[in-house]
Amino acid sequence: MSFDGYADTRSQFRPDDHPTDHFLLTTVVGSYPKPKWLNRAKELAEDEDRYFDEENLEEALDDASRLITDEHVRAGLDAVVDGEMRRNEMVEYFAHRIGGYEFNGPVKVWGHNYFDKPSVADEVSYDEPWLVDEFNFTTGVTDRPVKVPITGPYTLASWSFNEYYETEEELAYKLADLVNEEIDALVAAGARYIQIDEPALATTPDDHAIVGECLEHIADGVPKDVRLGLHVCYGDYSRIYPEILDMPVHEYDLELANGDYEQLDVFKEPTFDKDLALGVVDVHTTDVETVDEIKANILKGFEVVPPEQLTVSPDCGVKLLPREVAYQKMENMVQAAREVEAALDAGEVDVGYAGK
Amino acid sequence: MTEVLATTPGLYPLPDWAKDELSDLKGHQKDDLISGEESSEITDAYDRVRDELVDWQIEAGLDRIVEGQGRWDDMIAHPLSVHENVETRGIVRYYDNNNFYREPVVRGDLTPDGDVAAELSACDATQAVLPGPYSLSELATDEHYGDEGAFLDAVAEFLSAEVAGFPPVETLFLLEPSLVTDAPEDGVDEHASEAIDTVASATDAEVVVHTYWGSIPEKPYAHLMDADIDAIGFDFVSDHEGSIYNIQEYGTKEGIALGVVDGQNTLVETPSSIAERVEWVHEQLPVQSFDTVYVSSNTELFYLPTNKAEAKLSALAAGSKEVSL
Repeated sequence: MSFDGYADTRSQFRPDDHPTDHFLLTTVVGSYPKPKWLNRAKELAEDEDRYFDEENLEEALDDASRLITDEHVRAGLDAVVDGEMRRNEMVEYFAHRIGGYEFNGPVKVWGHNYFDKPSVADEVSYDEPWLVDEFNFTTGVTDRPVKVPITGPYTLASWSFNEYYETEEELAYKLADLVNEEIDALVAAGARYIQIDEPALATTPDDHAIVGECLEHIADGVPKDVRLGLHVCYGDYSRIYPEILDMPVHEYDLELANGDYEQLDVFKEPTFDKDLALGVVDVHTTDVETVDEIKANILKGFEVVPPEQLTVSPDCGVKLLPREVAYQKMENMVQAAREVEAALDAGEVDVGYAGK
Repeated sequence: MTEVLATTPGLYPLPDWAKDELSDLKGHQKDDLISGEESSEITDAYDRVRDELVDWQIEAGLDRIVEGQGRWDDMIAHPLSVHENVETRGIVRYYDNNNFYREPVVRGDLTPDGDVAAELSACDATQAVLPGPYSLSELATDEHYGDEGAFLDAVAEFLSAEVAGFPPVETLFLLEPSLVTDAPEDGVDEHASEAIDTVASATDAEVVVHTYWGSIPEKPYAHLMDADIDAIGFDFVSDHEGSIYNIQEYGTKEGIALGVVDGQNTLVETPSSIAERVEWVHEQLPVQSFDTVYVSSNTELFYLPTNKAEAKLSALAAGSKEVSL
């Protein structure tokens, strides 16, 4: 897939009443802090002595999903997510829905932080839709375009025990075919913005070719107007750039604010010829960046791509932040983007991007 | 006559009740992890953990019983993490795994503190487990000794004093994955071997230097052979060819530890496949005879859910009994 042939998956997300000529697409990576009452509702649903069943829990999940979607709309984001309210964790959620997976119990990540690392004990299979209900619900509660984040097959494979396949690579490709099936179902339901999350690539950057091959499986047969993104975070980008440019996606969503744009130069040579979703707020500090600080971060993006190729986003999912901090960061981020757009219209911004 | 003994490199997963109980007692943040000065409730929970981990091994029928290292929140960096002259800082990646430990920064003299000896004294372990001096120095940051060589010596002296305080045990496993993953350069390789000697000479127990996540490069392996130890441990799960190559080219000690059970995959090996792997290694080495063969997992076991870790212990014990050399 060359960028030229797919140049316009972006304008469909521009609101009809957008006030400026320039348009910087604002969005989020996906996860958002869960309301405290949702965690209480889950505890109630697990407590057999309480009159609170699965149906009640479903209602609570719907409420949380609606609430966070509304919060994203209120912050002014152009493409919203429901904050992944129905997902407990980025691998477990999918493993519960994919045939061939089994769970044996929690394993340590660090200290007393554990994760129900699943095992692939049999051939993996697509038995039921993973995210179509989530997508349908979210599109039902907002008029804004909804973005769908999906944990990528490389990460699903790396963060599981592999009992069945000869290699982790083989498992990743099988899972990529299932992601492709899921995207078919999502596209049929109306999804036009899909982001593949591959955080595991950061720990093993030399495997970028495997991630690239996975994406070939994923993108196969996906209609041209469907925007595909790849999210990668907390790694040494020099080990995956420029190779990632060959992957069949439109947009790369990268964490850069946390490292104070130390790695920005990596992307200047050769020319970044796809869309850049630039992390402009740090998700690992509760300090809320001011609008001016975020504007300065957005301008950093113009050192790599022109405004037509820049998406504005937080570094990563914001679920570990206090909810009010997460909201304030989103609101300031959108405000900053709108002010930069106006400045661009007025010719007040020097766009010195590397490919100029 | 070769003695075949089933054992493990230690560092077991906490029983699930203890994962809950200890995270409630201690918390989830980095400042909440083990410091060496635990409350009586936490000490009591770890006493019960220790008893249970020892029971797992006795029930499985292992020939060497470890303390289980349930308290080692920072994995093999633990002996430094609890030291009074060590500051623990940010969370850093534990080798090439999706696991993290607190970076131990050495800020003062590494005086002996007896932390691991106290754990061993609290149970009937027949095998002690410690990080090897090279790996421990590689996992830590030095802000006190000022020189890589001096720091390695200091870590070796510290571990040596710890070992001198141990109750009597049959075997001491020194875990040295860094000899593989961050192999010592010229000069340092000889020094790493001398540091291991320093620790090994502090005990009458059989000393096994266990390596994993690949095989040691040739030169550091040749230097390791100069150390006065009783056995070297090899990872036959991740690199059987490199392991066999080292042994064929440079020989090995009279004892050998064979990591033939995968400590990082839930697929449980059958006893017969374990026995076959041990016999296969023996067949590749026609000129070598062993007085002791330790049959083990390649890595620590904390990567596994508890049901699979326990199943692997049983398989190890049963498999080692099936071995015919």
